[in-house]
Amino acid sequence: MAGSIHIHDGMRVGQKIGQLDWGLIVLLAVVGCVGITALYSAAGGHLAPWAARQIVHFMLGGTAMLIIALTDIKWWHRLAYPLYAAGLVLLVVVWAFGTKGMGAQRWINIGFFQLQPSELMKIAVIMALARYFHAAGGRESRRILFLIPPALMILLPVGLVMLQPDLGTAMMITLGGAGMFFIGGAPIWLFIGGTAAAVAAAPVAWHFMHDYQRQRVRIFLHPESDPLGAGYHITQSKIALGSGGVNGRGFLHGTQSHLNFLPEKQTDFIFTLWCEEWGLIGGFVLMGLFALIMVYCGWIASRCRHDFGRLLAFGLMMNFSLYCFVNVAMVMGFIPVVGVPLPLVSYGGTAVLSILAGFGLIMSCHIHRDAKLPRM
Amino acid sequence: MKRDIDSGQVFTRRAFVIGALQTGLLTVLGSRLAWLSVVQGSRYRVLAEKNRINMRLLAPARGEILDRNGTPLAVNAQNFRAILIPEQTDDLAAALSRLQKLIPITQRDIQRVMKQAQKSASYAPLEVKENLTWDEVSLIEVNLPDLPGISVDEGQIRQYPLKDATAHLVGYVGAVNKSELDEDSDQLLSLPNFAVGKSGLEKTYEDQLRGTAGAAQDEVNVVGRVVRELKRDTGVPGKALQLTIDAQLQKYMQDRLGQEKSASGVVMDALTGAVYALSSSPGFDPNNFTRGLTPEMWEAMSDDPALPMNNKAVGGLYPPGSCFKMVTAAAGLETGVITENTTQFCPGYFQLGNATFHCWKHEGHGTVGILDAITRSCDVFFYKMAVDIGVDRIAKYANLFGYGQKTGIELPEEKSGLIPTAAWKKNYTGESWQPGETVVTAIGQGYNQVTPLQLAVMSARLVSGRMVSPRLVSSVGGVAVIPDKWPALAVRPRTLAVIREGMNRVCNTQGGTAFAARITDARFLMGGKTGSAQVKHMTRAERAAHQKNEELPWNLRDQALFTSFAPVYNPRYACAVVVEHGMHGGSAAAPIARDILFMTQQRNPAGIEFPDVTTKEG
Repeated sequence: MAGSIHIHDGMRVGQKIGQLDWGLIVLLAVVGCVGITALYSAAGGHLAPWAARQIVHFMLGGTAMLIIALTDIKWWHRLAYPLYAAGLVLLVVVWAFGTKGMGAQRWINIGFFQLQPSELMKIAVIMALARYFHAAGGRESRRILFLIPPALMILLPVGLVMLQPDLGTAMMITLGGAGMFFIGGAPIWLFIGGTAAAVAAAPVAWHFMHDYQRQRVRIFLHPESDPLGAGYHITQSKIALGSGGVNGRGFLHGTQSHLNFLPEKQTDFIFTLWCEEWGLIGGFVLMGLFALIMVYCGWIASRCRHDFGRLLAFGLMMNFSLYCFVNVAMVMGFIPVVGVPLPLVSYGGTAVLSILAGFGLIMSCHIHRDAKLPRM
Repeated sequence: MKRDIDSGQVFTRRAFVIGALQTGLLTVLGSRLAWLSVVQGSRYRVLAEKNRINMRLLAPARGEILDRNGTPLAVNAQNFRAILIPEQTDDLAAALSRLQKLIPITQRDIQRVMKQAQKSASYAPLEVKENLTWDEVSLIEVNLPDLPGISVDEGQIRQYPLKDATAHLVGYVGAVNKSELDEDSDQLLSLPNFAVGKSGLEKTYEDQLRGTAGAAQDEVNVVGRVVRELKRDTGVPGKALQLTIDAQLQKYMQDRLGQEKSASGVVMDALTGAVYALSSSPGFDPNNFTRGLTPEMWEAMSDDPALPMNNKAVGGLYPPGSCFKMVTAAAGLETGVITENTTQFCPGYFQLGNATFHCWKHEGHGTVGILDAITRSCDVFFYKMAVDIGVDRIAKYANLFGYGQKTGIELPEEKSGLIPTAAWKKNYTGESWQPGETVVTAIGQGYNQVTPLQLAVMSARLVSGRMVSPRLVSSVGGVAVIPDKWPALAVRPRTLAVIREGMNRVCNTQGGTAFAARITDARFLMGGKTGSAQVKHMTRAERAAHQKNEELPWNLRDQALFTSFAPVYNPRYACAVVVEHGMHGGSAAAPIARDILFMTQQRNPAGIEFPDVTTKEG
């Protein structure tokens, strides 16, 4: 039946709604509420400027998520490459005409909305790779020649993102892509070799880094050496996390965040703010919620009967967990400050929208787990 | 189909690897969080508190100084200051000139504020002007809406209600100087506008008056701006001093002394040592020091030959002149060189070897005993016995009566004076003591130097027979500090009685040197001794010319001294007055002492009973 485009959905909308993953939706809503609570506190007990707008982000993102979830998976399979191509074009556009901000060129200003193509690209790369490995059906993924096109699929956007320059996002796309290679069945030696190559390439990368990027790495290695300068962020974040103790300082009583000792408390360091006020218990609850979401998504992927859905759901879940781990490790001083937000919790319209869109795709994989997709 | 199963198997295997990896990462991150918040939690909590809490010192209220009846002598008054907070105004210069239209501000102050504003944070308040008057405060308050960034705040300033009357006694406070900052580790000294005692009791009791610093804990944000006050410990206010001084008497004495160009005096309790009034004239207004002295004021005070800044009552040194004769008399009677019946003939001079020593009375006193010698202040009687007593024995009795050493009054300005001995001279000049020097020492000339306070102490000891020392402070923070009983003076009561009788006659018998200045009210009769001491050694030619004191320039005229007690038959109050270059103790110093003792007995701070006088007055 290869090459046949005969895919009949056969499900009515009502049936689909019944198939929605309400458990996952509740988990996402709870984490969203944690984020909104933290943003309310970050503003000193006010809905403005962050909490209220984050609620709007979640309502918009949630709607998008449901629409995406109810849309037939065959459309997402078909749109995988076109979306990827559109993402690439946008990256070229942003490189050529984008708005500068924070020393990097990341946004396209389209009047009322700030579009950040790299956010879209994170999902598009995973969709494209899922479709590619789906077409291969597993066996061919051990052939090197077969792996060259997907490698390019990763390297093209990574190169464009690095031109912005946005090292953090570039690395996240690379790691997300590598994860797709791994579950897509690429040979193990490739990963061992890749890791070795990355280590060997580190000095070369150092050579090409911008000063502020090098500074971040230096500070990561010796944070206390520069307590009032750039190492300040990590030191203050650790103070906030530690001072929370087991029970926390109490809601709205985190001194580090309220007195602005904590930088970027509404975005990158929101986990710190949460733990300062809710303590180890709050931190574990939030980490537990993330773990449950990951397990849930893993379960969805395992139930899917087609490679595209399996790869897509698991790939998106890996991407989500990657963001969680990198953000939390960063605020704890494990890795350098890279500017990665905590998914679903950090403030940000584009981020919430793209994360929830990703979960929409995962749910679509679940609703349409029995769909028959062409191997192409 | 087989391919699908294959890919599914690979997927499942690898998904488990990823899951295991995620579990591992989650465990690591969870442990890290537990490590930070549980194991290191308390350390980080301390760091977080350090981050946010800023300690601010609060100056405690300085202890007040009150007289014996609770009349305030030094208090803390409100000090209104005009404050400018730069961040609340967009144009600093404009804000200052708007304020200048309302209250006078010097160009120097404006420049100082502009300079400070550049150095300090924009939220830090700057003092534009202090010691605002009520009118100025209300002018600013009314116009506040038009004065963005300007506000009035209230501090404390030391005030001395009696002004010059207590200037020397109570002293004054002033800004901390560098050596005080180096010697005293109290953090309070580093506070701006903090003042410490500079003289008088303010200086002596600095530690008790100051109190203990309080502290406010402010919560500050990352740029140091105060968000709110967390805790306030007001500290311990300084202890109040209650003095033995009678404010009314003190004021009276200051005014009375002020009738002379330069004078000082003390009146004290002969039994307890409590000082009822102690002052030095001219005085100065200590409030000028706390408010800031103008250079003109300072110059006027430093150029005044009457030394208004000096407390002459404890720090002025004078030859005691004839006031010293009580010491010589006591030494003569106690050593047995004379008895109360011994008489001498005074021809108006005394010959010792080749040297001639004149009596103040050129024509001589004729035959005199000890009582007459005191009453009429015959020098020759004392010249003669001094040679037999010897200088060292005279010095011993001088010391017994309080000379030659500090009396221990609580004033840093006190001087010990000088009572010479043979050893002292050998040590000081390298030369041996000459018998002729003993002769002049006996009448309080030569090397002798005493303070007015010591003169009063001598009278107090003569009449009480006790080693009384003067005390100004009766209680510190409500705890009494005056010793109730002084040890007995090692002089026979009979000796003291004879000398007292001599002093009675000085005032109360015709021919006594202070008869003209006696108290006529029979209840309040006083006894005393005049002294007129040469400042300048008279040459033979001058003596021959009988150069009159009045013809000399002021600063070369004789010092006028008087030491006294009252009431004469049951003495309780001892008083001494020195009028600088007043020429005659009897005419310059004695009338002042009379007035002071009269007033003292009327006010009667010791609460003694006076004899019910029904007999007619002479």
